[in-house]
Amino acid sequence: MAITKVVMPKLSEAMETGKIIKWLKKEGDRVQGGDILAEIETDKADVEMEAFGAGVLRKILVSAGEKAPVGTLIGVIAEPAEDIAAALASAPAPAVAAGAGAASSARKDTRPEAAPVPPTAPAPGQPLRPAVVSTPAPAVPAVSAGAVGIPAPALTASTAVATGRVKASPLAKKIAAQTGVDLRLIRGTGPGGRIIRRDVEAATVTVATAPVTVAAAPVTAPIVPGVEYEDRPLSQIRAAIARRMPLSKAPVPHFYVTSEVAMDRAWELREELNALEGQPKISVNDFVVRACALALLKHPGVNASFQGESIRVWHRAHIGIAVALEDGLITPVLRDSHAKSLAQIAVEARDLAERARARKLRATELSGATFSISNLGMYDVTEFSAIINPPEGAILAVGSVRRVAVVDDAGLGVGRRMALTLSCDHRVMDGAMGARFLQDVKRLLEEPLRLLV
Amino acid sequence: MATRNVDVAVVGTGPGGYVAAIRCAQLGLSVAAVEDDRPGGVCLNWGCIPTKALLRNAEVVNLFERAAEFGIRLAGFEANYAEAIQRSRRVADRMSKGVEFLFRKNKITLVPGRGVLKSRDTVEVAGTGGNETIQAKAVILATGSEPKSLPGVPIDEKTVISSNGAVRSERSPKSIVVIGAGAVGVEFADVYAAYGAQVTILEALPRLVPIEDEEVSKELARAFRRRSIEMKTGVKVASVTPGGPGVIVETDAGKVEAEQALMAVGRGAKVTGLGLEALSVRLDRGFVRVSPRMETSVPGVYAIGDMVGPPLLAHKAMAEGVVAAEAIAGRSPRPLDYGNVPACTYCRPQIASVGLTEAKAREAGREVSIGKFPFTANGKAVALGDTEGFVKVVADKASGEILGVHIVGPEATEIIHEFAVGRTLEATLEEIIHTIHAHPTLSEAALEATLGALGQAIHI
Ligand SMILES: Cc1cc2nc3c(=O)[nH]c(=O)nc-3n(C[C@H](O)[C@H](O)[C@H](O)COP(=O)(O)OP(=O)(O)OC[C@H]3O[C@@H](n4cnc5c(N)ncnc54)[C@H](O)[C@@H]3O)c2cc1C
Repeated sequence: MAITKVVMPKLSEAMETGKIIKWLKKEGDRVQGGDILAEIETDKADVEMEAFGAGVLRKILVSAGEKAPVGTLIGVIAEPAEDIAAALASAPAPAVAAGAGAASSARKDTRPEAAPVPPTAPAPGQPLRPAVVSTPAPAVPAVSAGAVGIPAPALTASTAVATGRVKASPLAKKIAAQTGVDLRLIRGTGPGGRIIRRDVEAATVTVATAPVTVAAAPVTAPIVPGVEYEDRPLSQIRAAIARRMPLSKAPVPHFYVTSEVAMDRAWELREELNALEGQPKISVNDFVVRACALALLKHPGVNASFQGESIRVWHRAHIGIAVALEDGLITPVLRDSHAKSLAQIAVEARDLAERARARKLRATELSGATFSISNLGMYDVTEFSAIINPPEGAILAVGSVRRVAVVDDAGLGVGRRMALTLSCDHRVMDGAMGARFLQDVKRLLEEPLRLLV
Repeated sequence: MATRNVDVAVVGTGPGGYVAAIRCAQLGLSVAAVEDDRPGGVCLNWGCIPTKALLRNAEVVNLFERAAEFGIRLAGFEANYAEAIQRSRRVADRMSKGVEFLFRKNKITLVPGRGVLKSRDTVEVAGTGGNETIQAKAVILATGSEPKSLPGVPIDEKTVISSNGAVRSERSPKSIVVIGAGAVGVEFADVYAAYGAQVTILEALPRLVPIEDEEVSKELARAFRRRSIEMKTGVKVASVTPGGPGVIVETDAGKVEAEQALMAVGRGAKVTGLGLEALSVRLDRGFVRVSPRMETSVPGVYAIGDMVGPPLLAHKAMAEGVVAAEAIAGRSPRPLDYGNVPACTYCRPQIASVGLTEAKAREAGREVSIGKFPFTANGKAVALGDTEGFVKVVADKASGEILGVHIVGPEATEIIHEFAVGRTLEATLEEIIHTIHAHPTLSEAALEATLGALGQAIHI
């Protein structure tokens, strides 16, 4: 029988550590593949973790409430008679950055490994040449950063020179583009400081036990009653956003295209649909999702991501729908939106949003979007622009449907208008392409019967 | 006893030892190199080089046989095996002389005789011209490897021979059983078959060249079958005894009789009688254990080449020699990337590979895309009349990383380097396809296989 090692799963691209909320099985419980073992809080959501092997949960190594880096052994499943000592021995020392480990062991290779030799040179094992060249290069901050538990990119951001050509291997560039790593923030360990695959991988898998700033008591007594400010600890999700967004905003050249949509007919149609018995309630956002899905199929250039040396054009529209939470933002993915009716979109989007708020999303529902929509309509926002989620190529920001004065053939009247702002990755598309896409979305919304056929 | 003082003593002058010696000298160190056979080691004298000379003969014989295909009528020809061996000896001699020349040029002292490590800085040489002691600040061991046999099967180099006997003997057997279908086995099978021997290959694993990609094994088996080489794979040899025309080989799948049996079941490191035990130099599964700088568990004592473990290849030994020399000279050598050592076999069709096989890549959990291009669709191969085989590229689906490349066919061993360079530079499929390949060349098959991995092959 096989011994199954249960490790902290990597549940999203950005996930570095996970926290066990609770174990649903206890030591000694028999489990089968597919059983839910535990609930895990990641940087993005709470996720249920399934068992992959059958047997008895023999050992729990990370208990509820504790955090562990991705890849850490957190439990062992085996038959009762089996010796699990070896499996337990392989448990990586927790909280040590895996990525940094890989990088530093590579570095170590160039270091003399001989036992210390008496200082009187030339002893065997000592370099015969002047010793200067033999001393190992000083540890590079970028690499050692991981070891103290801070994601390498974050730490080096301030020190890196963000100009000039980045010296990186083609493979490193490609992986960086796919994982949203900014090469300018990484230090290369290849020949001549070239960034090679392992450097990018170290930056993506650096397992950070992101130090959480603890609310510090004010050092001096406040002069006026009431404190002037307080430092709130970052929630996991806010920390992840703080980490990831600069990785988008800096390297992804954004440009914006805005358009105003007459929503009168969509509004009427929606009221009619929602008056029907036994039909799901449809929101304005569902209309927008449906319109985008159809337009994306027609404009695959917008449904695309930058790959370093190429552009990946998606032929399916997996739309990320941003959902606001108390402490941040989460973007569950409505897969194959283009193949779904308005009613289907309404039902599934509501379900995703509800489970997002309850933090009950599955890992697969949080990744793989090809395009995103962020809607702040409920907050009475005229218009805004959103930051692209790499590796997606664009995101649509949706404002409120406002009642405004309009002039038409019949004279002055009142109309419903909604602003749409498309943020585009200039490396993937240019203005005209974004504008044509937006025009089509506008047309679909202004002639909303098209959304029903 | 005479004592000689040098910076570095090198024991063994095969491709590992002679390259290490030259690199040390280039870096300004004084070097003495000890050799109890001929400069150049197994590779230049008894391995790579003479066998390549013999394989060239086999190829020429084969071309003569196919002369009519090219519209050339021969009144008959005689392929003389003794002269083939003699030619291979001249080639080997020339290469060995070349090493002696390079030693002189680099002021390396060649000390003939058998070296034994007395302490971490002393090598004692029992020489043909008297004994001497070499005092060195660092020692590089490069004693290589020797043929293994099966338990209970002594190699007499007459009826049961190893590659050592095979490269020396001027007699070509009428029939021979080749035991082991690794590189050495299939290369000799090719030579003997070309000179008219009835060849039977026995291999314990399920296929020829078992460390290569499965499709490569299949293609080779097809080619050998066409040349009437018999192959039995997945068979266990029980005994090899004198009898019949020379030897009788009993297997779990019947017996084979032949004039000779060639043992090609692998090689073991030469680690005995070297003084390693007394110094407690650590071994690992029969090979000397070394750090990435090629230093053994005893500081100041380095080891390289076949004696430190697989792959047992000359170019790996040379690269390790450079690392050891640079480490000794206080440089920070880049450790070898053992995952990127090309492996070449020079039978016809030739085999060359680098990186992971398709099966290994999948085992490693990679999602792969495969591109494969046959030489039948390559203009140069058709013009040469040499269309056996293919180029197969195994790539990572998402990133286009070149995980492995497997070539079987004409000049496979020359084509492979494009991919080795690509992998060193971390090129992806894209960089290969954007490199214009001259037409018509066999290397175009490399380009097409790469295109194939992206679903864009043009000529198929
Ligand atoms: C038939 C055959 C064909 C091969 N073909 C190829 C090929 O095509 N390509 C390839 O890459 N590889 C090939 N190889 C493998 C290749 O020959 C070896 O990998 C290579 O020779 C290893 O080099 P080395 O320096 O480690 O040792 P070696 O070449 O084995 O040299 C070691 C030398 O040290 C000497 N020596 C040993 N002990 C002592 C001592 N105590 N004192 C002094 N001298 C000592 C030995 O006599 C020998 O000359 C082939 C091998 C064989 C047998």
